Amino acid sequence: MTSLGRIYVPGDAAAVSVGADRVAQRIADVVATRGIDAEIVRTGTRGMLWMEPLVEIDAPGGRIGFGPVSEHDVADLLALGRAHPLCIGPVAAHPFLATQQRVTFARCGVVDPTSVDEYRRHAGLRGLYRALDLGPEAIVEAVTESGLRGRGGAGFPTGIKWQTVARTPADARFVVCNADEGDSGTFADRMLMEGDPFALIEGMVIAGLAVGAERGFVYIRSEYPYAIRRMQEAVDTARRDGFLGRDLLGSGHHFDIEIRRGAGAYICGEETALLESLEGRRGQVRPKPPLPAISGLFGRPTVVNNVLTLAAVPTILAEGSAYYRDLGVGRSRGTMPIQLSGNVARGGLVERAFGLTLREIVEEYGGGTRSGRPVRAVQVGGPLGAYWPTALLDTPFDYEAFLERGGMIGHGGVVVFDDSVDLAEQARFAFEFCAEESCGKCTPCRLGATRGRETMERILAGERIEPNIELVRDLCEVMRDGSLCALGGLTPMPVLSALEHFHEDFARR
Amino acid sequence: MPVVRAPSLPRMASPSTHLEFDAERVREIARRWSDRDGGLLPALLEINDRFGHVDARAVPILAEALNRSRAEVHGVLSFYHDLRTEPPARHTVALCQGEACQAVGATRLLAEIRQAGLDDHDVQVAPVYCLGNCALGPCALVDGELVARLDRTQLIGCLS
Repeated sequence: MTSLGRIYVPGDAAAVSVGADRVAQRIADVVATRGIDAEIVRTGTRGMLWMEPLVEIDAPGGRIGFGPVSEHDVADLLALGRAHPLCIGPVAAHPFLATQQRVTFARCGVVDPTSVDEYRRHAGLRGLYRALDLGPEAIVEAVTESGLRGRGGAGFPTGIKWQTVARTPADARFVVCNADEGDSGTFADRMLMEGDPFALIEGMVIAGLAVGAERGFVYIRSEYPYAIRRMQEAVDTARRDGFLGRDLLGSGHHFDIEIRRGAGAYICGEETALLESLEGRRGQVRPKPPLPAISGLFGRPTVVNNVLTLAAVPTILAEGSAYYRDLGVGRSRGTMPIQLSGNVARGGLVERAFGLTLREIVEEYGGGTRSGRPVRAVQVGGPLGAYWPTALLDTPFDYEAFLERGGMIGHGGVVVFDDSVDLAEQARFAFEFCAEESCGKCTPCRLGATRGRETMERILAGERIEPNIELVRDLCEVMRDGSLCALGGLTPMPVLSALEHFHEDFARR
Repeated sequence: MPVVRAPSLPRMASPSTHLEFDAERVREIARRWSDRDGGLLPALLEINDRFGHVDARAVPILAEALNRSRAEVHGVLSFYHDLRTEPPARHTVALCQGEACQAVGATRLLAEIRQAGLDDHDVQVAPVYCLGNCALGPCALVDGELVARLDRTQLIGCLS
């Protein structure tokens, strides 16, 4: 009987969207028909998304990969092995992966995300055991020392936030994971929840220990049905395994997690709107202060952190804060999972220490555009992020370097556009999106977005272009300075960056 | 020989499995969520999933069970895109119009689909802003199933 050992097929939604389930089914059929001894493992994705479905097979010296595989390739692939034309050789040695620094995503695409045993074998729960030894104050200190900042977009120092929650007197505290990953061009939260859900759970338990919270919520957007199911299963598994729930790991500490589904409102990615939604209300933004760390969910001190922030915590505890802090540059410490998408030849997830340039991301990892035309603009940081011209591609990926040049790294989304893009149209879209998703609480955002869209429509129609551009600038200033939250406050960023770097698109009507 | 079967994306309840309005079932759902913190939104989502939409008759039932005013329940119901007050079409296509999909032609694709007359009482085509599959655009959720690298022919194929 032939033995192939384990065959790995991603079960991640991205892989499934291009046929991974059909490939896995076909492999199961061929293996059964030919009497091959093999086990099919559904992993997360490695993040080489242009190559999905990427099938891997155990081999001496590391797994070898094949991609992109369709169900029609399966029979030949299993017969020919390395000799098959889709073979890319050892996966970990692929140039797209070999130069990455996978810290948060070390297990994603490698392990079976449903298996706690495999999680433990790949360094899982080491951070939690360490945290239990350290106690609350030393955990907060370790996270502060690591230099970890919020990966959701705002970049607030995580240790400081935790300390505030821990020190605020209260009868209860909460840990809320913001998994409402609504920024277009971002998918790292989804990838992690589907490919390594226990890492997020472990991070949340550690946060709970650090601040003295016994309940946590993961608020996941409804557009991620598979991530919701995977997280729900993982929470049930973690509870059965004993590292979640009452007296976790026999420590005498309690912490439990509830998964909550969003209902299709982008604004619920804003932390105070998310809290309103969790409380069962309209997802409208709350004025700050009070900060959620002082008065958050149900009026109690609450840690609200993004998926990637919480998932970075176990490694910081397990390896020590110096390990994490020594990666990165300036005040941007550790690694950033960068999501490369849009019109790009090789789209996917690139986790690297801060400091690599936008050019390396777009040209070396991305390989230029999918259409083969020249790159013209790159939007970084989601729909509220700036449009960058190619002249600025040497900007290092770092919170401060981006701020200095009028942009932001946000949640790490990098969307590539070729030379067919019309930046005046993109500016109009930025207003339209804001109008569509505004919660309506504050006037600059609610009305400004609509007036902005109308004014951009006039510019696009060639009406009084220069005076209307002046109006748009004026409106942007009001929205930036007068809005309650980042939706209204940052919509000017894509608009003004488009105006600044691509003025010809506005003027040529 | 342990063969792990392919887990597939959870299918949303399709219109054929949606139930007719039933006050007793709504009351049962509302009761189940009434003692949970922030239970109104999950209760509305469950009703929306089960019946395909939230019938106006469900509002007073929820208000009473969750001790909220009808205005509050209506406020929540009318805020979220996912919550419907009318039954859905037989097929739904949520076609991503986020920037990453725009960069690979999603705007044109939406216009083409609408022009092709596919957006009628049988098929509802609606824009959605990001499905988290940005490296493989244009993407859509067709009856709740994620499909990627779409063009006009493929999308029409998905529907017929």
